[in-house]
Amino acid sequence: MAAVPTDKTSTLDEVIGELRDGMTIGIGGWGSRRKPMALVRALARSDVKDLTVVTYGGADLGLLCAAGKVRRAYYGFVSLDSAPFYDPWFAHARTTGAIEAREMDEGMVKCGLEAAASRLPFLPIRAGLGSDVLNFWEGELKTVTSPYPDADGRTQTLVAMPALRLDAAFVHLDIADNRGNAAYTGVDPYMDDLFCAAADRRYLETDQLVSTEVLVKSVPHQRLLLNRMNVDKVVHAPNGAHFTFAGEYGRDEAFQRFYVESAKDPATWEAFSQRFLRVDEETYQREVAAWQAEQEESK
Amino acid sequence: MTTTESTTEVTRAEICVVACAEIFSGAGEIMASPMAPMALLGARLARLTSEPDLLITDGEALILADTPAIGRSGPIEGWMPFRKVFDVVASGRRHVVMGANQIDRYGNQNLSAFGPLQQPTRQMFGVRGAPGNTINHPTSYWVGRHSTRVFTDSVDIVSGIGYDKVDPENPAFDDHNIHRVITNLGVFDFGGPDHTMRALSLHPGVEAAEVAENTSFEVAGLESAGVTRQPTAEELSIIREVLDPKGVRNREVR
Repeated sequence: MAAVPTDKTSTLDEVIGELRDGMTIGIGGWGSRRKPMALVRALARSDVKDLTVVTYGGADLGLLCAAGKVRRAYYGFVSLDSAPFYDPWFAHARTTGAIEAREMDEGMVKCGLEAAASRLPFLPIRAGLGSDVLNFWEGELKTVTSPYPDADGRTQTLVAMPALRLDAAFVHLDIADNRGNAAYTGVDPYMDDLFCAAADRRYLETDQLVSTEVLVKSVPHQRLLLNRMNVDKVVHAPNGAHFTFAGEYGRDEAFQRFYVESAKDPATWEAFSQRFLRVDEETYQREVAAWQAEQEESK
Repeated sequence: MTTTESTTEVTRAEICVVACAEIFSGAGEIMASPMAPMALLGARLARLTSEPDLLITDGEALILADTPAIGRSGPIEGWMPFRKVFDVVASGRRHVVMGANQIDRYGNQNLSAFGPLQQPTRQMFGVRGAPGNTINHPTSYWVGRHSTRVFTDSVDIVSGIGYDKVDPENPAFDDHNIHRVITNLGVFDFGGPDHTMRALSLHPGVEAAEVAENTSFEVAGLESAGVTRQPTAEELSIIREVLDPKGVRNREVR
């Protein structure tokens, strides 16, 4: 009997079943752009807790803060990318002191993922020097001095950005096959390949699950961001990046504003949670469609 | 000739656009990265007048070949996804104009949060790219409402680094350059004693006392500062007819 290649197709629950309390999880995308929201929603309604999250943050971090899952966060920023810009649940977690912040320059996140991807303990970077980033890290972040003096005899001392090693990475790509080859179709790959390269377990959700042949014919070769070596499980999650945008659909600005409005009051948040968060992904997508129809009707 | 007539009709917002354009005087072939509408209008005005080699993007991932009106796109000339922006930052070939919740007299800037680092009283964006921007390449700031809340004695969180953070023994700081601060009241730099904030010019109609009242610290050169120059007829028509026909600039400054 011929050996059969691994089919990595999985459910959201199978992915969450592999996660443990206290893990460090990297979340791909950027702000409110192509976030693996189906995986984030599944994690938020699971029993997993005490997480460390590494992210270019948006409502992914907000929803995990709302669910009380986050103990520590490593991030370059947290933004919803459109008004009112600041995520309400991240803000709440910060102003109540509920999470430890390891805030850093945006370029330091990329640098730390690159160090992890290359199995290096650190990479030098200028960004962070002179700023409060070093104080945010409370002694965890150190500097390194070059063994090579500059031409004028002075020597550069730089931030030694530690590797951001991840137990798991979540990413959302627009189109993929069942073995973990995947492509983006929008304008920006963000850092999704780096998140996967920095992680022990790599979880991909995708809008379109197709054959390898269809995948490679659908996009120029340069868009094939992930290959099989960097993916462990593939979840077919149409519209999974909602309410952030992905290659084939825009950001749901109205729903994102509704998320922010709902966070302002315990009663409205309870209603939002009951309808959109304490439900499986299929129900979420159905309720979002119903909500959109309600908005149309009330216009 | 209607030069005199049109000069009297020039608005504060138009003065600010021109002041923002002058941030890029002599910048050459670098990426102009304005983070607010006023600074964006300035960068595009510079590109259409004295600085044709500036690179500008759509704010997402595309480098624009032409110089469209604010909010509009157009033909492109290249690709600049976020990860490549960090390569540009590290290369130094960039001039960013950021906003600021706070700026102190040495040019330290905060857009992260107010209050203690681990339990702020108000959360904003986090430090974003401010630490990397300020240590790698020219940085300027645009402040639409010049007040003592913004221009404060000390910032709560240093995201953009000021001159008192520079270690002259460490060459990693050599490219730190806070070029200009443009506000609704005037044009400033950090050419005062010990690299403190200095007034270069006040906008027409702005008195030194108004700037002093709205700044927590003493501003160097305030009494001797001249008047910000008027737009040329060409600049005015570009601002009004080409770049900002809908008057977005007036939402930033009256």
